[in-house]
Order: sequence, then C-alpha cells, then structure tokens
Amino acid sequence: MTPVQTTVSRTVLALIGMFAFAFALVPLYDVFCQVTGLNGKVDNTAKAILSEEVDASRYINVQFVTRSGSGLPWRLDVENRQVQVHPGQATEVDFTFSNLGGKTITGRAIPSVSPSEASPYLRKVQCFCFEEQRLEAGERVTMPLVFQLTRDLPANVHTVTLVYTLYPVADEQSQRQAARTPVSGGEA
Amino acid sequence: MRRKLALMTGAGSLCGVTPALANGWNMPVGVTDVSRDIHSLHMTIFWICVVIGVVVFGVMFYSLLRFRRSRHTDSANFHENTTVEILWTTVPLLILVGMALPATATLRQMYDTSEADLDVMITGQQWRWRYEYLGEDVGFTSSLSTPRAQITGEEERQEHYLLEVDEPLVLPVGRKVRFLMTADDVIHSWWVPELAVKQDTIPGFVNENWVRINEPGIYRGQCAELCGKDHAFMPIVVHAMESDEFDTWLADRKEAAAQEALGVDREWALDELMERGEQVYNSVCASCHQVDGSGSEPAFPALAGNEQLLSDVEFHIDVVLNGVPGTPMAAYRNNMNPVELASVITYERNAWGNETGDAVQPSEIQSRLE
Amino acid sequence: MALNQLPKPTPQHSTATAAGGVAEETHDHHDQPPRGALRWLLTTNHKEIGSMYLIFSLTMFFIGGIFALVVRAELFQPGLQLVQPEFFNQMTTMHGLIMVFGAVMPAFVGLANWMVPLQVGAPDMALPRLNNFSFWLLPVAFTLLLSTLLMPGGGPNFGWTFYAPLSTTYGPPSTTFFILSLHIAGISSILGAINIIATILNMRAPGMRMMDMPLFVWTWLITAFLLIAVMPVLAGVITMMLMDINFGTSFFTAAGGGDPVLFQHLFWFFGHPEVYIMILPAFGIVSAIIPTFARKPLFGYASMVYATASIAILSFLVWAHHMFVVGMPLVAELFFMYTTMLIAIPTGVKVFNWIATLFRGSITFETPMLFALAFVVLFTIGGFSGLMLAISPADFQYHDTYFVVAHFHYVLVPGAVFSIMAAVYYWLPKWTGHYADERLGQWHFWTSVIGVNLTFFPMHFSGLAGMPRRIPDYSLQFADFNMVSSLGAFMFGASQLIFVWVIIKCVRGGVKAPAQAWEGAGDLEWTVPSPAPLHTFETPPEFKPTSH
Repeated sequence: MTPVQTTVSRTVLALIGMFAFAFALVPLYDVFCQVTGLNGKVDNTAKAILSEEVDASRYINVQFVTRSGSGLPWRLDVENRQVQVHPGQATEVDFTFSNLGGKTITGRAIPSVSPSEASPYLRKVQCFCFEEQRLEAGERVTMPLVFQLTRDLPANVHTVTLVYTLYPVADEQSQRQAARTPVSGGEA
Repeated sequence: MRRKLALMTGAGSLCGVTPALANGWNMPVGVTDVSRDIHSLHMTIFWICVVIGVVVFGVMFYSLLRFRRSRHTDSANFHENTTVEILWTTVPLLILVGMALPATATLRQMYDTSEADLDVMITGQQWRWRYEYLGEDVGFTSSLSTPRAQITGEEERQEHYLLEVDEPLVLPVGRKVRFLMTADDVIHSWWVPELAVKQDTIPGFVNENWVRINEPGIYRGQCAELCGKDHAFMPIVVHAMESDEFDTWLADRKEAAAQEALGVDREWALDELMERGEQVYNSVCASCHQVDGSGSEPAFPALAGNEQLLSDVEFHIDVVLNGVPGTPMAAYRNNMNPVELASVITYERNAWGNETGDAVQPSEIQSRLE
Repeated sequence: MALNQLPKPTPQHSTATAAGGVAEETHDHHDQPPRGALRWLLTTNHKEIGSMYLIFSLTMFFIGGIFALVVRAELFQPGLQLVQPEFFNQMTTMHGLIMVFGAVMPAFVGLANWMVPLQVGAPDMALPRLNNFSFWLLPVAFTLLLSTLLMPGGGPNFGWTFYAPLSTTYGPPSTTFFILSLHIAGISSILGAINIIATILNMRAPGMRMMDMPLFVWTWLITAFLLIAVMPVLAGVITMMLMDINFGTSFFTAAGGGDPVLFQHLFWFFGHPEVYIMILPAFGIVSAIIPTFARKPLFGYASMVYATASIAILSFLVWAHHMFVVGMPLVAELFFMYTTMLIAIPTGVKVFNWIATLFRGSITFETPMLFALAFVVLFTIGGFSGLMLAISPADFQYHDTYFVVAHFHYVLVPGAVFSIMAAVYYWLPKWTGHYADERLGQWHFWTSVIGVNLTFFPMHFSGLAGMPRRIPDYSLQFADFNMVSSLGAFMFGASQLIFVWVIIKCVRGGVKAPAQAWEGAGDLEWTVPSPAPLHTFETPPEFKPTSH
C-alpha cells in the first residue's frame, strides 16, 4: 500500500470504530447509570434479597407516585402512598392496575427513582415493572412490589421517591398513525 | 473592549445598589440562601474576568499603540520565553482553583437532600405546568393568563405580559419544599430566577430540587427548554406566603376540591356545563385547538365540525380522558376533575356550530375513572 | 476567491519576484479541462474545489443570515408580529443548522483545500476525486435540508440540538429528511477530513517536519482528527433517531424503556468537539495573520501546537457541561465543571502567545489584521462568558438563557466567522492576484465589528435578567435589549453586502499583488505567483525550516 492508502485505511477503521462506539454507548450508558444512579434509572431485573442486618437506627421515608401517560385508560393505585422502612429491611407494597377502558390493552409501568443517588441502593426483588401487563376491559389486577434499601444507602438520603409512569405498549406506531391519518378527526 | 468597559461600570454601579434596576440588567439576587450564594459566585467570577480582561487587553492595546509601525519600525525577533510561558500557565491554574472552591461549596449545598417539609410534584406539559401537593390531595394546572389579544397587539400589553398565570404555585416561606419534577410529553425546564431553581423535567424520569424561600412575594419565571410551539407561553408564577397563611390556603383548596366533588353526583343542565366548559376550554384547550375550535392542521385537528368526534361521543370522551400518545394531546383525566372534563366535552360538542345537544354528565365521567 | 481566472496558465501572471513556482509548462501533461458547468462539476483541482467550497459557504452564510434576520425582526419588539411560533422555531433551528454545518464548517474546509497543499508544498490534495465528491455532497444535503421548509408540517423546529423526544416522537413529518440531509453533510465532512489528514501526513515538502508546519495546517490536522472521531457519533445518534421514528425502536423514548437524556449525552459527545472543530482552524488563521502584520515570528509555536492538542483532548471530557440542569449526580457535576474550567488554560496560553507576538513588533493594520485583532478581543470576551458558564451552580441561572446565546455567538461570529473573513482578506491576493480594496475592507470591518457587538452584547444582559432562549415573544422588561440586538443584527447583515462587493471587485481587478503579497508573511504559499496558477508545486519545493 502507498502511504496515502495506509493513512486512509487507518482513518476509515477509526471511523467504523467510532460509529460502533456510538451504538455501544447505549448499553454502556445503562450500565453506567445503574452503577452511579445517573438519571434515577433503575435496574430492571429481579435481585435476591441481600441478607443483612436491618439498620434500626434510622428510618427512610419511601414515597410512591403513580402517573399515567397518554393513550392508556388505566389506573394504577398503590395501597400506601408512603411507607417508613429501615435500611436492610425487605418491604412489600401492593399496586392495583385497573383497565377503565372498553378493550384489552397492554401497558407497562416505567420506574424512576429520586434522588438518583439512591438508585444503586434500591434492590427490587419483585416488581410489576419488570414486565408488561395485559388487561382486559374492566379488569383489575393487584401485583406486589418487593424491595429493599441496602444498609449502605448514603446517610444524607431521608426520602426516596419511586415513580411509576404507565405507558401503552406495542403498536404505538400504528396507534399514532391511526390517530393522525384522518385529518378531519382524531383529536391528535 | 469599550463595550466590555461599559459592562464593568454598568454592573459595578448596579451591584447591590439598586436591586430594582439590577433586575433589569443582572442576575437577580433572589430570595433564597442558594440564590444569594449563586449571585455572589456570579459576581465574583465576573469581577475576576474583568480584572483579567483589563490586564490582558491593557497589554494588547498598549502593544498595538506603542509598537505600531509608524513608531516602531524594527520589530524584535524573540519567539520564546520559558519563564513567561510557565508563569502564564500556572497563574491561571491558581485563579481557576480559587474559583472552583466556592463553586463546589455552593453546589454541595444545592444537592443537600435533607428532610423536606412539603413535597410538590411539578409536571411539564405542552404548554402548561401541573402542580400537585403530594399527600395533600391538592393539585391544579397553571396556564398562561395573558389574553391572546395582547400577544397579537390588539390590546395594550400589561406589566406582567407573558409572565402571568391563572393559578400560581403557592408555597410557604421558611419551610423546605422539595420539588419532584417530570414531564408528560417532551422535556421542559422549570425555572424561577429569584429562587435559583432551574431543572429539566424529563418524560418518564423524575428529577429533584428544593427551595426554602426567605421572603414572601410573587416570583415569576418561564420554561427554559425548547418544548415546541408555545415554549414562550408557559410561564411560572410562585406565590410565596407566610407559613400560617399557606396552611389556610391549603385547607381552603382541599375544601373547594371537596365541594366540587359533591357536584359530581347531581344532574347538570346543558347551560351550566356549557358555561363551565367554555371557561375550561379557553384556559386549557384553546392554545392549540384555537378559541373558535378551528385547530391548526396537521398537528392540532379542528374540533368545529369534526365528524369523527361529533358522531362518536365514546371516542370523544376517550381522547379527552386518555390522550393520544406521541402527540401533545395529554391524558386530561390526570389534570381535571370529572366536572371539568364533562363540561369541556359538552362544550366541544355544542359550541362553534357543533349542535349535538349532548350533555355529558360529570357522574358519567366519574364512573369511567373508577 | 470566486470565479478566479484560473484556466489560463499564462506565464505573465507571475507579476513579480518569487521562485518556487511552476508556471511554465503546467498544462503539457494534463488534458484540457472540460469547459463550462461540467468543468466545475468534474474538477479535481484543490484550488477550484476550495473556491467552490468558499462560494457555497458564503451562500449558506447569507441564507442562514436571512433566517437569523427573520428571528431578529420578530424579536424587534414584544408580541407576535411577523411570524407564528411554529415558523419562528423553524427559523431558529435552520439558522443554527445552516450556519454550523453549511457556513462555518465548509468555509474552513474550503480554506484547507486552497491553503493546506500550498502551505505544505503539495501539488494537490492526496485524494482529488474524493475531494470533488465530498464537495458535491454539500449542495445535495443542503438543498434537501432547505426543502423541508416546504414540506407539510414544515421543517425541523426543534432547535439545532434536536433534543429527543421533541425531535422524534413529537417531530414534524419532515424529520426523516432532516436526518438524511445531516447524514449526507456528515459524510461530506468525514471525507474532507480523511483527505486533509492524508495530505498533511503524506504530502509535505521534503524536509518539512511536523513541527515545521504552519499552524493553520497543524490546527486543521487536529480538527480533522476530531471530525473523524465525532462525526460517526453524530451519524450514530441520528441513525438511532431514524429508527425511533420509523422502525419502532425506543432508544430515546421512556415509554419503551429508552432515555431522552441518553440522547443529550450522545449529542454533546459529538457536539462539544464539534464546537472546537469550528474554532481550532480559526486559531491557525489568526496565528498566521498576527505574525505577518506584526512582522515578528509567532511567539511560542510549540506551545500553540500543544495547546491546540490539549484543547482537542479536553473536548472529549467536558460534554455534560451542556447538561448541568438535566439532573446529574453531584460527582458528575463537579467532574464536568472542573474539566471545563481547565480548558481556559490552553485557551489562555493561545491568547497570551498572540499578544506576546504583538509585543515589540512593527504593527500595521490592514483589513486581515483588523479582523484578526477583533478576533482576539471578542473571542476572549466569549471565553470569559464561557468560563462563567463553566461554573455549574451559576449555570443553573445562565443555562438556556440569552446569556448562553451571547456566549456562543461571541465565539462563533467574531470568533470563527471573523477568522474566516480575516483569512479571505489575507489570502485573496494569492487567490485572485489582486489586493482587496482596502478602503472597502475597512468599512466592512468597522460596520461588522459595531454590528456584531450591538447584536450580541445586549444579549448578556437580557439573559442575566431572565430571558430564555428560543422564544418568539418575551415580556416587556426585555424589550430595550432586544430592540438594540435587532438593529445591530440588521446592521451586521447589511455590512456583509460590502464583503460580497469587495470579493467581486477583487476577483475582477485591483492593485496587482506580487507572490509575496504581504512583506511579513513567511509560509510556502507566498513563494508561488499571485494568483496561484492552477497547478503548483508539481516538483516539490525546497523547504528550509525557519526557526519556529
């Protein structure tokens, strides 16, 4: 190869590498977020309870907020809006999904934690947010959230807020299309 | 350079002397400890920059005048000086360290998440804010109240043009208020300069911030992140009251909400619904669908003469209650009570030449929300 | 630069002195180039391609400028007068996109095309046909981009930073075409960068070591590496957007498990180095002009190279300072605040070096020098506001206000754009064989400098007082500042007509320039005749290292 060809092939290799790197950043970002708690992202896989002694010396106020995004006629209720837990203690809270609409729909609750510093210390053993829910018209389902805040939760965290936002799943695209196509209709 | 000097003298004379005027030129000092710290940090860095600027530009303009060709024909030939180069690398480094120290301290204070006395959930929506006092069952939507005619110039613009809302966020003075912030559609940013709170609200995620206001008053701000067509028209107004006054206000709000809930069960007349509906429509819906229901295609369909809506009341109710994903049409059951929902739907079905005669009852809406 | 009378390689054109040139039988071993439009379409000559880049960039500068004037006209007073918010948002977005990708970047590539081979003593770019291709991608890309304005739902309206989900789920239908045009423009930049790297690394005159290269070549080499590193990331981001919009993925949609903030991280991982892509070549230009008119060698050549390299490296570590208010953990805020503040050091070194170059020189104030000096002063003011913005707690107040608008316009307009204008005045004699009209040049300079400051200086105040960016209407307290800004903007816009006039006049005639057009200039380009013949350095020049 001529020197020019060598230079060009090296730069092209670097280009391909950087393009791949951009896509690699997506999973890397998730890992990074879970490690650092950036953006209140929560690890969405079931964890085992960490058996550790309960730290009875302090209480953490855990709040639950449920919200629904547009396009899903569902309600998500939580049995207690606020619970007091000790770090290390496993806690179960029941959430009730109700489909208020007239047809079967699949939905999903997307979790977020605030303050984001707390998210690495939140271990979810069981959560409805790990999977999608499919509810028939008028159906009501109660599902538990089992979680634990580990003892090493930073001392300056006193309140942890878990927010679940409901979103419709699947075919969002076709729903959007459907909502947009009839120009005269669809209050899009 | 000359303009730089103008800034220096301008800001210098304003700094702390005439707060009213300073509001128009400089960052407000604000009414929280954090905002004061940020302001003094801002002024410190500013003056450091001014001093550096005076020295650097001083040497530069001296050289330009002193060594212009008409006065200095023989140029020197030096092009290195290790001592000077080391000096002008290390001195700025020290200055930077000097700036970083107070900045770090302020930042730590801003991230102090110790116990709050009150939690307020702030939700950004295209193009209004929703406030919920968590655990208090009080929540409302806050929209721009400046009349359209002022924007188009048909009416004279008032003092708080574009910085006024129908329902301000009411907060107590002296208590630590924690904000939980999120958005329904796109990213917005909740900003009130005098509280030094600016935080993006991100759909699906929650951000946290806090404030402890020192002085009662009315503080105004705006959405700071481009969020679509009416980004300029979603202001924020915070009404800070004395603590006991706030408690009374909160109790009144709860009472009013309870009263409204009572109205759900009774049968409402069409006129009543229309009257209430017009109010709700103009404050919430008109910014997109227009006061005359003509919409703004393709993003915001016309409601006047909209066959799909008028022929199918079920569809109409569904869209208003649950929204349309991927569009600014939010799920309004989160924002409004059954009376408001029923009346606005009724209004849309009977205004601007729509003549269905339907009177959607609050009780009917209520039954769909349970 | 435009329409230069290149195709006639008559020996007489070398009016004066100067060795090193080739002149004589330049065309004997080349086919006659095709005539007319086809010639420009097919040319592989670095000078012709450079001229095309520069003309393209000037055109885009005016189109983007007109968009800016629409914005400023609407903001002249409170209320909605001329345009509706939807269109206003399209104007701000298109202004940013056109100026960044269509005006500033192609202008620098054009200058590199013209000057890099001349400054390193190469006969042409290393990959001439690729060079032609990368230029012609640009008109395609920007025609497509501009055509989105005519599509249903309008053009991009989500800001030049196109944050998701405003640009994905909530974007107008034309967003797909916006992505496509950005892809094409990105490929063009990448190919240009490859070409520049290959030229600089392989085609230097014998005896020219890396540390002998003029700073414009050095800064462009580093810029080209930045382009190679970050343009693929931009391509990745917009590909993800494309997939979110059209193929149902959820990279940036919370509903499907994605994260809108990820978009911002990826975008600014590209975006911050991109900012330096638009300023590093400017450093190179100013480092050529100031020594020329101070008649004194550049102070601290080596430290200039190292400073440029450290700015480039730091640019990969500071991206999240654009995101101080998205809700990052304390540690991240501190990290990005510290790294951002560090950038002030190499940047400061550069400014000090330029001033030390002036010190005890013998200075004259021709138009290129005026622009270069204005660059130093006004870019430094932009640097100061940049330092203020780096302070994360204070940024909670500055972020997304007109203070930011003032900051980046100070570094981009009297920064990047002034450096391009300085370069044009500096090298016009080499390109056309005539000096630019000095009197008109001075007029252009003073009207521009006054216009630019009238436009952008009041924005510091309106921003600090609380005016957010990207709003078509504002509350009454900001009215005075906005009126001044708008008047300044129209003045700046109008003064650019003088610039065009100067260029046309210079191409058509004027005071003849010798090979060594500026007595204090020292690089290789001044050893070839003015105007530079179509083919130069076909036999490599003798290069004698000067004491850098």
